[in-house]
Amino acid sequence: MGDTRNLGTSPDEVQFRFRDDEPVDHAAVTVDACCDQTNATAVRIEPGDDARVLLPFLGRLALVEVNFPGFGDGRGYSAARILREAGYAGELRAVGDVLIDQLSHMRRCGFDSFAPDQRLDEEDARRAFATWENVYQHAADRRRTIAEMRHEA
Amino acid sequence: MKILTGNDLRTGAVTWWNGTGWSLHVNDAVDVGDQAEEIIAREVAARRVNVPYACQATRTIEGVRPAHIKDRIRALGPTVRPDLTLKPQDPQAIDWVI
Amino acid sequence: MYQYDHYDQAMVEARVAEFRDQARRRLEGKLTEDQFKPLRLMNGLYLQLHAYMLRVAIPYGTLDARQMEMLADIADKYDRGYGHFTTRQNIQYNWIRLEDAADILADLATVGMHAIQTSGNCIRNISSDHFAGAAADEVVDPRPYAELMRQWSSFHPEFTYLPRKFKIAVIASAKDRAAMRLHDIGVRIVKRGEEIGAAFYAGGGMGRTPMIAPLIRDFVPIDQFITYAEACLRVYNRYGRRDNKYKARIKILVHELGAAEYTRQVEEEFAHLLSVGVEPPREELARIAEHFAPPAFVDGPKTVDRSDPDFALWVDRNTHRHKHDAYVSAVISLKPAGGIPGDATSDQMRLVAKLARDYSFDEVRVMHTQNLLLPHVRIADLQAVWTSLDAAGLGSANMDTIEDIIACPGLDYCSLANARSIPLAQRISERFAATGRTEVVGELKLKISGCINACGHHHAGHIGILGVDKKGVENYQLSLGGSEAEDVALAKITGPGFDEDGVIAAVEKVTDIYLAQRTNGERFLDTYRRIGMEPFKEALYG
Repeated sequence: MGDTRNLGTSPDEVQFRFRDDEPVDHAAVTVDACCDQTNATAVRIEPGDDARVLLPFLGRLALVEVNFPGFGDGRGYSAARILREAGYAGELRAVGDVLIDQLSHMRRCGFDSFAPDQRLDEEDARRAFATWENVYQHAADRRRTIAEMRHEA
Repeated sequence: MKILTGNDLRTGAVTWWNGTGWSLHVNDAVDVGDQAEEIIAREVAARRVNVPYACQATRTIEGVRPAHIKDRIRALGPTVRPDLTLKPQDPQAIDWVI
Repeated sequence: MYQYDHYDQAMVEARVAEFRDQARRRLEGKLTEDQFKPLRLMNGLYLQLHAYMLRVAIPYGTLDARQMEMLADIADKYDRGYGHFTTRQNIQYNWIRLEDAADILADLATVGMHAIQTSGNCIRNISSDHFAGAAADEVVDPRPYAELMRQWSSFHPEFTYLPRKFKIAVIASAKDRAAMRLHDIGVRIVKRGEEIGAAFYAGGGMGRTPMIAPLIRDFVPIDQFITYAEACLRVYNRYGRRDNKYKARIKILVHELGAAEYTRQVEEEFAHLLSVGVEPPREELARIAEHFAPPAFVDGPKTVDRSDPDFALWVDRNTHRHKHDAYVSAVISLKPAGGIPGDATSDQMRLVAKLARDYSFDEVRVMHTQNLLLPHVRIADLQAVWTSLDAAGLGSANMDTIEDIIACPGLDYCSLANARSIPLAQRISERFAATGRTEVVGELKLKISGCINACGHHHAGHIGILGVDKKGVENYQLSLGGSEAEDVALAKITGPGFDEDGVIAAVEKVTDIYLAQRTNGERFLDTYRRIGMEPFKEALYG
């Protein structure tokens, strides 16, 4: 039950990735461990963790995994946006009970990599990512909102 | 007796396990004994029923009468709209529910 | 009223396509029911006692004739010729097939309607004052603010998997005609000098543990309004309880943290989000508000011909003062004595559409009291309107009387219910109508819920009735003294429950006590507040 127990998904469990850089190849640590260890570059956030605890360490993190033990627990969406709002530019990976119908919202919240427990149908996923041609509200993906487009000069 | 009931996946209609399939009529319901879980698992996987569950019922002269008023309402239809129930012409039908 | 532009239209159509795909995957077995359920709920599709039930959104209770006609057509084409108007200003159809649901949503989309987020653990329909745009006492029409919130809350990527449902009401008057303090977030648009802003209340709700929302911030400048709402939601999404379904609403979070601490967390998040910049451009509110410009009112007579006593009674009971003195707002009662509260046939819906088109600038409203409303009727046209309504069974002159009962569908329709509520409503309204006591009793808001979820708003009833399951038999708890208005209060239980006959007799006894004790034009609620529970308890239980 040590805090330094290593967790995390490996690159081959990642089914969709929207980055060009090399994926981090070592295991993620817990949030508690991340605060203690000065060399951790990958961390896993559980639903009950406060993402803001990681703010001092964002500079050295290359991978943040956000765990969704059940797809109905939406805390990970806030965690993701908070990290992106704080300027985190590394890989933000959604892991766990990640299903087709959550993909587009996860992407908007800043996730750029997805390691679902059960591999998803590629065609369904492609369609799901493309669900929304336009968006109403601001999110981490910084897409121009419909309101902004209505009023640009 | 222990009977099984659920809703049809496509239409939402209330259905009752009749031993080989799912009937719209509660009087076709059969006693499933201790087989409820096995039947439920198989039928849900095959999508022949949605959200089924077991409930208690008694056999009466007319047929099968679920023990709980909720299941009797499901068997017949809304008590306040006799015209929309399975027995719109039967003046005794609402009494059977209550 | 608001008209979709091509962006809005595309969003609704994208949602239809998304749901069509989800339903296909369910029917093919690619989604289990557990996986599909939250998705279909977010498109208003419940599985109820007899069939699927579809709850169509009527944003802030406003629709035009064309939309009402579509609702009638859907009732005929896909359902059994009627619909039920709800306590959140929506409409429900009870006999829907999953295989038709996507087609229904597609039909709705052709008239700018949808069933988006009318259920599920997400932000629900934004409700508002049914007299919006007509009431003399509003600071401003609240609906543009409700529409801004509707767009902000639709498909919000961060708030789609909240701990529980989230209901928002927006009003713009000191009088609360939308039960605002009993919502998860209540917003009152206010003026400070010439500046417009929003007072935010959070943590109200009915259900298992009813609570009145405390004030969180008395003035948020209107150009930070959405940012503040986002802060409130983010704190809830992060810290609302997820361990127990019955403790997952924001009211529990606000109660357990205390309003001061919840406010502190919101203000912190608000400051952060201001720096991120999530507010829509201020021109957007102005653009939306243009759709709500007042219609071209014309002068006319300010009184009616009272020679027909039935018409005069209807005018006295069912019309509401308008900001223009040649107009009134006219309530269309869906509560004929002995009828099913809130239900309307497709023919009745078509008639209402016609009246809206001919007499109310093509606008009709759904009231949270399960009635309909023509917001802008010339006094000169009232006779014609009433004659049509009366012929169609929509002319009951009983607004806010004991016949104007709010009742959830109850065990006749709803899989969550413990007891039937509609038969109770029918018997009570019939009894009071038959004995002529309705008029004598005057204003009395009776609300009936078939289970603890309180969709009938019984906690806010002057008289409230809650259906419970007592060892497999329907039983009813009686409560007194609730109010959903600006004098908001939660009703108190009288004592042990009753069976169906017993609770009807109890309601009569309670009104007997009121009639015996009232003074100086007191309403039932006033007498109750003056004399307290004891005299009623005494009469009920001896």
